[in-house]
Amino acid sequence: MKRVRKNREYAVPVPAKVFMALIYVFLYAPLIIMVVFSFNSGNGTTVFEGVSVKWYGELFSGRGSSGEYLAALKNSLILAVSSAVVSTVLGTLAAVGVYRLKSRKLSEAFMTVNNIPMMNPDIVTGVSMMMMFVFVGTLIGTSGDKVNFWTLLIAHITFNIPYVLLNVLPKLRATDRSIMEAAMDLGCTPVKAFFKAVMPQIIPGVISGLLMAFTLSFDDFVISYYVSGNDFVTLPIKIYTAVKKPVKPNLYALYSIIFIVILLMLIGYNLLQNKSLKAKGKK
Amino acid sequence: MPESVNKGPSSSAPAGEKIRKTAKPKKKKAGTFGTALANTPFVVWSAAFIIIPLLFVLYYSFFDPEKGFSIEYIKVFFTEPMYMKAFGLSALYSVIATLISLVIAYPFAYFLSKVSPASQRLQMVLIMLPMWMNMLLRTYSWNQILQDNGLINKLLGVFGISSVHFLGTPGAVILGMVYNYLPYMILPIYTAMSKIDRPLLEASEDLGCNGFQKLRRVIFPLSLSGVISGVIMVFVPSISTFYISQKMSLGKVTLIGDIIEQQIKLHYAEGGLNRGAAMSLVLMIIILIATFIMNRFSDEDEGVLM
Repeated sequence: MKRVRKNREYAVPVPAKVFMALIYVFLYAPLIIMVVFSFNSGNGTTVFEGVSVKWYGELFSGRGSSGEYLAALKNSLILAVSSAVVSTVLGTLAAVGVYRLKSRKLSEAFMTVNNIPMMNPDIVTGVSMMMMFVFVGTLIGTSGDKVNFWTLLIAHITFNIPYVLLNVLPKLRATDRSIMEAAMDLGCTPVKAFFKAVMPQIIPGVISGLLMAFTLSFDDFVISYYVSGNDFVTLPIKIYTAVKKPVKPNLYALYSIIFIVILLMLIGYNLLQNKSLKAKGKK
Repeated sequence: MPESVNKGPSSSAPAGEKIRKTAKPKKKKAGTFGTALANTPFVVWSAAFIIIPLLFVLYYSFFDPEKGFSIEYIKVFFTEPMYMKAFGLSALYSVIATLISLVIAYPFAYFLSKVSPASQRLQMVLIMLPMWMNMLLRTYSWNQILQDNGLINKLLGVFGISSVHFLGTPGAVILGMVYNYLPYMILPIYTAMSKIDRPLLEASEDLGCNGFQKLRRVIFPLSLSGVISGVIMVFVPSISTFYISQKMSLGKVTLIGDIIEQQIKLHYAEGGLNRGAAMSLVLMIIILIATFIMNRFSDEDEGVLM
């Protein structure tokens, strides 16, 4: 009886499966094209002339556009790591602050401000920050190009903090307040008590906030576009200028590699999750 | 709640309450101080980099470095037909893109919530994976697929259909929007649906609901919050996009985002910065109103349900 029921529970009719498959084709078509054309022996990304791995060689040779892509990739990684780390620290601290607020009105006001960068369209966030930087830049007489990395870093930290806060706050709300108190009763200073007693409980939220901040920062184009100059070019900005003309398959080769890395990471994460769920089930 | 106040060995709630009341005021101050200390960086950062930049948008919408105060930049939005047209097209295309995404995502999320848990987790990964890849490059890839000698036209050629110009049409722009933002519609609807209690659905069946009634009376109201978030998350980036229209319409369709981008690029010349600010302000207000209406809609409905 139970078995029959289980099957019925997960039954999806065939037309529904076809529909879902079509949506996946739609979502993956441009990615498949990207991977296929990275192996093109021709120079373009529209007509496939034959199989070749020459564009991968070209990419790692670091000549011409390949060199620019790799330099931009390095910049993007530097920016994503530094903004993710800073915003995770600030966002976690902010979550603790909001969690400890006694006034409901005040914490609601904080959350509203926190939501602004998420609710506002990216273009408005980018334009608004750019205007401030332009104003301050004219005031102190610094051109945008010189402080380019710092304006990008500030912008990325700003749009990352809300996501970190929203990842950490629910975990914090789920902790038992008395644990922190117990740690302090046993002689911990508040800071030590936080790291010893509270941190281990909220660490999954902190890590997912960190990862989210990293990916948001790594992929951001719109906001970066408005707050950057020529001195520190990130990969999305490089791509924006590159795709104004037809690109060569070396860019596809770079993103095929990124695609495989992300795919492996996500599959690994998924397997770990399944394993831990199974372990829980056995208990 | 200041943790440092509670010095009692017991941690049960009422005991804690009692001790908190008798705690020395000095300790209480330390707790409040800790809260303030934890909040300071966030408050300072948000004020400096969220609030003040928005005030600069307001400032540049009305103040010109040479001419001083002027409402010209806001006015131009309503008087110049080019701007009104761009805004009208943005609104139209983003509404259509949002509706198409909803029509695709809703059944998709419904079926997804029906498959086995392991498959659900795997498919969540599959839906999120494209979002991790650069949007510009994926849009460019669509541009290549839709070219006159691209993949789709080659397929059509096999069936003897002559080549179709896709790029440059409104359809191509809308396809770009749906493609880029569809996952943002699927994920919140799926999350809302996966939270629906199975026993609730069984109860509705026992009470004689047929499939359609079950959908209309039980599943739809309970997934409405996900629909609302999805609609907002697709509509907002669609109405403000500029690179999708550039890549998919080959410059033939000008959206409000394109105009903001063009104006900002002019910088101080021809009041570009001011016009860009004014248009960002108008866009922001329109989106705020739209979001407010959508959220009202969901709040009221939740009220009815409770």
